Amino acid sequence: MAELVKEMKQSITPKRGAKPIVEYKDVYKSFGEVEVLKGLNLDIFPGEKVALIGPSGSGKTTIIRMLMTLEQPTSGEIIVDGTDLWHMKKNGKTIPANEKHLREVRGDIGMVFQHFNLFPHMTILENCMTAPIQVKKESKETARERSVEMLEKVGLGDKLDNYPSQLSGGQKQRVAMARALVMRPKIMLFDEVTSALDPELVGEVLEVIRDIAEEGEMAMVLVTHEMDFALEIADRVIFLDDGVIAEQGSASEVLEESDNERLQQFLYRFRS
Amino acid sequence: MNINWKWDMFFDAFPFILKGIGVTIGLTFACFLFALVFGFVWVILRRIKFKPINWLVTWTMEFIRSTPPLIQLFFIYYAWPMIPGIGVTLSSITCAILGLGIHFSTYIGEVYRSGIDSVDKGQWEASVALNYSTRQTWLKIILPQAIPPTIPMLGNYLIIMFKEVPLASTIGVVGILALAETYGAEHYRNLEAYTIVALIFLVLSYPSAILINKLERKMNRRFDKNAVMQESKGAVI
Repeated sequence: MAELVKEMKQSITPKRGAKPIVEYKDVYKSFGEVEVLKGLNLDIFPGEKVALIGPSGSGKTTIIRMLMTLEQPTSGEIIVDGTDLWHMKKNGKTIPANEKHLREVRGDIGMVFQHFNLFPHMTILENCMTAPIQVKKESKETARERSVEMLEKVGLGDKLDNYPSQLSGGQKQRVAMARALVMRPKIMLFDEVTSALDPELVGEVLEVIRDIAEEGEMAMVLVTHEMDFALEIADRVIFLDDGVIAEQGSASEVLEESDNERLQQFLYRFRS
Repeated sequence: MNINWKWDMFFDAFPFILKGIGVTIGLTFACFLFALVFGFVWVILRRIKFKPINWLVTWTMEFIRSTPPLIQLFFIYYAWPMIPGIGVTLSSITCAILGLGIHFSTYIGEVYRSGIDSVDKGQWEASVALNYSTRQTWLKIILPQAIPPTIPMLGNYLIIMFKEVPLASTIGVVGILALAETYGAEHYRNLEAYTIVALIFLVLSYPSAILINKLERKMNRRFDKNAVMQESKGAVI
């Protein structure tokens, strides 16, 4: 059995040979007294699709929020494309990162949220256009062109001038994805993006994620409770339990070959 | 006992007193503008996390709000010039703008803060995810959502301020109240003179209050998502 587990651990890097685009090195995170992550070590490779699964409170969301700089690790390092995200060098000393440093490093990361977080005072086209113009200093024409293209891709080309409040949850989430994609991230983070949707709207959102995944260039990290979907599109499934990676491997490995009892219990609940 | 009311005196006093309306309204708007700008200063100061400064700012605001504006006016006009080193003698109109402006800026700062707090936390997070700078987040995302809903509240403060402005007559600003005092004293016609002042305030405040009420209802409609939905359905289909 130990043999098998070892083999599994080795087969977890589908894009072996490439340099990881994200490295978590011994990352700890506490909220007050509660320790959510207890020494996370994780490499994510360019183009890799990673699904984070696990019971609530296991730290899945915290992992991606720290990468998006929404949460600061208590200790440890997160390396993005070779650069330490949360620390910077000044006069040879390592000091906590300032906003400028964070902005430089997180520029290649995009995120889609559970509650969409669209800007309610802007039309959906403006929602997509403003960041390329403001942040990436693109021309208005280019930003508009690419935003329209992206909104058409997610099936909302006919809603450009609508406000978010005029859309259904599924449509809002598709706008949110278009908005993130227009920034051309190398890493996309999905934080339970279907959890706030009515069941009949989940499908249209998953469809878009599937399309994005098939294009392949972007690394994607999905925190999700859509187990079947996660297993379908993920190169690697990571099961988190009690603040550590309890199991990881390809979908079939995690599903069929793991003898982790907690994982079996967790999966059993989704299948019954 | 008959009321000693003389219409001819009333009509004689009216144009005399009305000459002060420019000063009264002008002072109102000057104070309001000052308070609108200075309100932001309070918001910024209150966001400083450094404990002693935070404490100092909170208590300064509390102090200003808990003392009557009349005393603040007297202090700035009569007492401040007597403090060695920092004391400056200012014209009565400057004192009025400073005193009333600062007093009301503490309220207006709170209005801003309530508007800012009402913006969903997710808006900040989305701004980070799109890599906005803090400054861009404030200017493009947070304030455009935080300020419009506070406009009716700000309007209410404008009216309240308008009614506090006569306090400035105590330090020698010649608005309608000061002119009424003069007229009343010269002609022994206090009844007519002060009635005129009250009427002018009524005629200006009441319609403004109605206007702001309407504005508030309109704003509430605008920010009620369902209403927006329905309106748009009507428009699109």
